[in-house]
Amino acid sequence: MSLIKHHKLIETNVFLLVLGIFVTVIIGGLVEIVPLFSIKSTIENVQGVRPYTPLEVAGRDIYVREGCYNCHSQMVRPFRDEIERYGHYSLAAESKFDHPFQWGSKRTGPDLARVGGKYSNEWHVRHLINPRAVVPESIMPGYPHLAQRPLAYDTIDANMRTLDLVDRFETYSQVDGAIENAVADLEAQATPDADTSALVARYSDFAFGPDRAEDQVTNMALGDLDGNPDVITEMDALVAYLQVLGTMVDFTAVDQTRKAEWIR
Amino acid sequence: MAEHPERDEITGRYTTGHEWDGISELNTPLPKWWVWVFYISIGWSVLYTIAYPSWPVMSGFFGGATGWHARASLEDSLAEAREARSEWVTQIAARDVPAILEDNTLRSYAMRGGEVLFKENCAPCHQTGGAGAYGYPTLADDEWIWGGTPEAIVTTIQHGIRNDTDPDARSSEMYAFGEWELLTEEEIDQVAQYVYDLSHGEMNAGPGQDIFVAQCAACHSPDAQSPGGEGNKDLGGPPLNNRIFLYGGTKKDIAAQVYKPQLGVMPSWSGRLSDEDIKQLAVYVHSLGGGQ
Ligand code: HEC
Ligand code: HEC
Ligand code: HEC
Repeated sequence: MSLIKHHKLIETNVFLLVLGIFVTVIIGGLVEIVPLFSIKSTIENVQGVRPYTPLEVAGRDIYVREGCYNCHSQMVRPFRDEIERYGHYSLAAESKFDHPFQWGSKRTGPDLARVGGKYSNEWHVRHLINPRAVVPESIMPGYPHLAQRPLAYDTIDANMRTLDLVDRFETYSQVDGAIENAVADLEAQATPDADTSALVARYSDFAFGPDRAEDQVTNMALGDLDGNPDVITEMDALVAYLQVLGTMVDFTAVDQTRKAEWIR
Repeated sequence: MAEHPERDEITGRYTTGHEWDGISELNTPLPKWWVWVFYISIGWSVLYTIAYPSWPVMSGFFGGATGWHARASLEDSLAEAREARSEWVTQIAARDVPAILEDNTLRSYAMRGGEVLFKENCAPCHQTGGAGAYGYPTLADDEWIWGGTPEAIVTTIQHGIRNDTDPDARSSEMYAFGEWELLTEEEIDQVAQYVYDLSHGEMNAGPGQDIFVAQCAACHSPDAQSPGGEGNKDLGGPPLNNRIFLYGGTKKDIAAQVYKPQLGVMPSWSGRLSDEDIKQLAVYVHSLGGGQ
């Protein structure tokens, strides 16, 4: 081959070697970067998607910390058997506020993209403490420590500010008062009988627009979620996160014309 | 580096002509067939990107010459599945659960479908075959909290119990007699003893029964003759005259329930499963053993 004959030239000339590496990296870079220029066009236009509440953000961090993604994907692929088992296929719009996204590629356990509302809070707590207590044949590890550890949330507002930055100020900056009230919102969501109206209104306004009808409220798990009303634990946060997964878009309300746009 | 390939004396093969400090590299070319498969794959992948959605362009992406789209092909396979099942599904949609139970073929179809749906959605709480677990009622026996008629089962599945997502969910709350100081410790002990005896088949008159009639019977039995015996299906108060307990049947468990009750929560399924799916589930649950 001609290249074999000439590679001595490249190997012995630093300038040519560097140039060769440079060209290779540029090609790789283009393949990864150019598609991002048109990424907006791949995100469906649907109502209801909102950024995670502070408690859910904290729960999501625990999900990532504990490595749940090693066994669970969060993407219902557009195949018939997946849809019959899990529900509507996932939309790009549904994970547009996920950094990093949790689509995953490994399913030792079931997909969790639509697990929100499928079980009670109490079931999740029992299952996470010891999966065998409710699913005798389960091979999922138990996470009993989550119920014991108080949630550290004093930096949750900084956490949200960072997510906002990553999203080019399109998330929390657009939710009225989200960052200023982050700690208060988190406590309200996890405390039984707390006043959650401001929290719910904030995120509902983002999800459905400020002119939303009064009964158009975004779904979120409220109250004492882990059966221990005295402390906000990591378990509270994780359950809040699991209970919102896949519940933001109301697919029964998505009309067929809009759906046809997703199928170009 | 040596300039010219030369024959290696020991192996008898040619070298690549590269030599570093006296060590030279044998030339072992890839098999011809392999090289050709490689080139054909490259050609194939180019054709593939022409046929299917691929290259980004400024305002979107190139949709592919064949016009194939993952979601469109999904709609086709869903339509095909609907078509294949339509004969049964339309019949299920057109009838109510008692009518399905009467028709043997339709019923066995619904049983199969119901079993699959039950495994995926209900077994994590109610266990395989509806065997039940702590806090999750057995669905295979004839004790019912909210009712074992086909209509009651359908309503329970559609709306769930004490969840905060469905406004029509069944709900009721037992008072925290101890925590709210409605009963003293002694009274709780007496009433727990009464319930314990009741669950072992003895209805003993005494202070325990008096407290029960005054405080508990309204929710646990509409029948004054058998305080606690019947259960109250409208208020979700289970019958207490047998050893089927959600939260344990020792005297200590019963006293704990009276002090501060646990209340079971079941999600609502009407948004998640279709009406036909819920009917199949109701047929399945009704046929597990205790349908009324
Ligand atoms: C070793 C792999 C593994 C890891 C790690 C793991 N899981 Fe699981 N998970 C499973 C398996 C297997 C199942 C199915 C059996 C069961 O329900 O327990 C499951 C089931 C579940 C379910 C019920 C899903 C359904 O639809 O029934 C939830 C919720 C869940 N896991 C959450 C988590 C969370 C949260 C974490 C991290 C804290 C986690 N899992 C970590 C393997 C895993
Ligand atoms: C998160 C756990 C959970 C899941 C999942 C669940 N249930 Fe339940 N279910 C419960 C609990 C808890 C109760 C009892 C509530 C109470 O204490 O009143 C119940 C009660 C019932 C009852 C009423 C029993 C009676 O005695 O009246 C029926 C029927 C029922 N479930 C059917 C189903 C079916 C069918 C499914 C699947 C689609 C399902 N459940 C899924 C937790 C669950
Ligand atoms: C306001 C209605 C109400 C009153 C009053 C009430 N209960 Fe209950 N009770 C319930 C309901 C509803 C449940 C079922 C909870 C569940 O299904 O999770 C229940 C459950 C129980 C259980 C647990 C049953 C099991 O299967 O584990 C016991 C024991 C019990 N009650 C005893 C009593 C006693 C004793 C009193 C009187 C001191 C009383 N209850 C008063 C509504 C009531």
